[in-house]
Amino acid sequence: MNVKEAVLNIINELFMADVSNMMDDDLFDAGVLDSMGTVELVLELEAKFNIKIPVSEMGRDDWNTANKIIEGVKELQNV
Amino acid sequence: MMDWLKALPNLQPYGDPQYFVYLVVLLMPIVIAMFFGKRLKWYESIISLIFIVLMFAGTHWQQFIALCAYIIWQIIIVFSYAAYRKKADNKWIFYGAVFLDILPLAIVKLTPALTMGKSSIIGFLGISYLMFRSVGMLMETRDGVLKEFTFNQFLRFMLFMPTISSGPIDRFRRFTADYEQVPDRTRYLNMLEKAVYYLFLGFLYKFILSYIFGSLLLPNVEHMALARGGLINLPTIGVMYVYGFDLFFDFAGYSLFAVAISYIMGIETPMNFNKPFLAKNLKDFWNRWHMSLSFWFRDFVFMRLVMVFMRHKIFKNRNVTSGVVYVLNMTIMGFWHGVTWYYVSYGIFHGLGMVINDWWLRYKRRHKEQLPKNKFTEMLAIFITFNVVMLSFLLFSGFLDKLWFHNY
Repeated sequence: MNVKEAVLNIINELFMADVSNMMDDDLFDAGVLDSMGTVELVLELEAKFNIKIPVSEMGRDDWNTANKIIEGVKELQNV
Repeated sequence: MMDWLKALPNLQPYGDPQYFVYLVVLLMPIVIAMFFGKRLKWYESIISLIFIVLMFAGTHWQQFIALCAYIIWQIIIVFSYAAYRKKADNKWIFYGAVFLDILPLAIVKLTPALTMGKSSIIGFLGISYLMFRSVGMLMETRDGVLKEFTFNQFLRFMLFMPTISSGPIDRFRRFTADYEQVPDRTRYLNMLEKAVYYLFLGFLYKFILSYIFGSLLLPNVEHMALARGGLINLPTIGVMYVYGFDLFFDFAGYSLFAVAISYIMGIETPMNFNKPFLAKNLKDFWNRWHMSLSFWFRDFVFMRLVMVFMRHKIFKNRNVTSGVVYVLNMTIMGFWHGVTWYYVSYGIFHGLGMVINDWWLRYKRRHKEQLPKNKFTEMLAIFITFNVVMLSFLLFSGFLDKLWFHNY
């Protein structure tokens, strides 16, 4: 399973939302993510990809769309 | 030694129309230079320093010394921690640094509660807003997203003149990026246009509307309410609305000035208010009211506490976790306003309000089909939120302390 599928799966499981057709939509505006959800997502992504995601990175400007989250995860995997 | 400072006239930020005349005249060279794509770093620093000195001049001179001492304290903590963080990342060192960073403010907030209302000698106007900025830097340094910063950048961010006394609370990385990059001419003209609009809107809010509510109406309704006495009476309901509107127009007016002056200096300081009385629920309200503070609490208190609670699996249920942290977060905010029963209960009130709000939002999501959703329900939601918020402001105002316990 690639990063994209895995991230979409996690979002689907956590928030019961299929975001595969809105990859560039702001997930906070769409009501999928909130502060609570962000922390849950961070913890799931950290466990799944064995990476460390700083909470300040998870800002509403940097990680606010599905595509940006996927990019962010890929970047952190390469560190 | 400090006689020179005592002899200078005191100039409170945005206090009277004269302040704006001085400010605009002295900012002119900055505007012209910005127009040609240059930032007059030295001139800007000197002007900022003059206004900061005048803010604490005259009878407030002791606060100036407190400010200087506080800045030295902050420099030591933030730079030592940044140096340490390059080598290691022990969480107790981090907690220690945050504790020491908050300590002076905690002393300032606790002193009046412990000494029958005396204020601490280490306090000064704007101390909390400096603390918010530097704690934010410590957190981002710990996270590793903030690595290098210079002494000048630190001082500039901490002591940014337009926002020094009461915010809005900016973030170091955002502020510094703005500062290092001069906006191009079209963008700068756009910012100037907004600045002029914000200044005049601010005049309307602060010098007209806040004057009507705060100086003309409020003393009268308060007097009527106190004359009636008892637990609650009709004029107290009047106090609630009048105080609420005064609070909004006063603080929103001030924030508009701070944002406008920042824009003139080429810095896009974040807005503090976004039509808060049109909020549809409490969560929405906190995304619109004193936003730079509530976002600070969201990012640096709420999310961090949720993280700690979830990592250590303190509660099994996510809704219990978020509920507990909402109450903690808001109660801490209440304590920050001041250690009095009414500020703290204002915080708890909003914490519990957020729990109820969250429960309702979940209920709504589960019963989407059964619940009506139209213009009327939306208006009703706004109406209920508005009144809940106003009720919380009555608590916040401290008026009940006068009405119930006769503490004047």
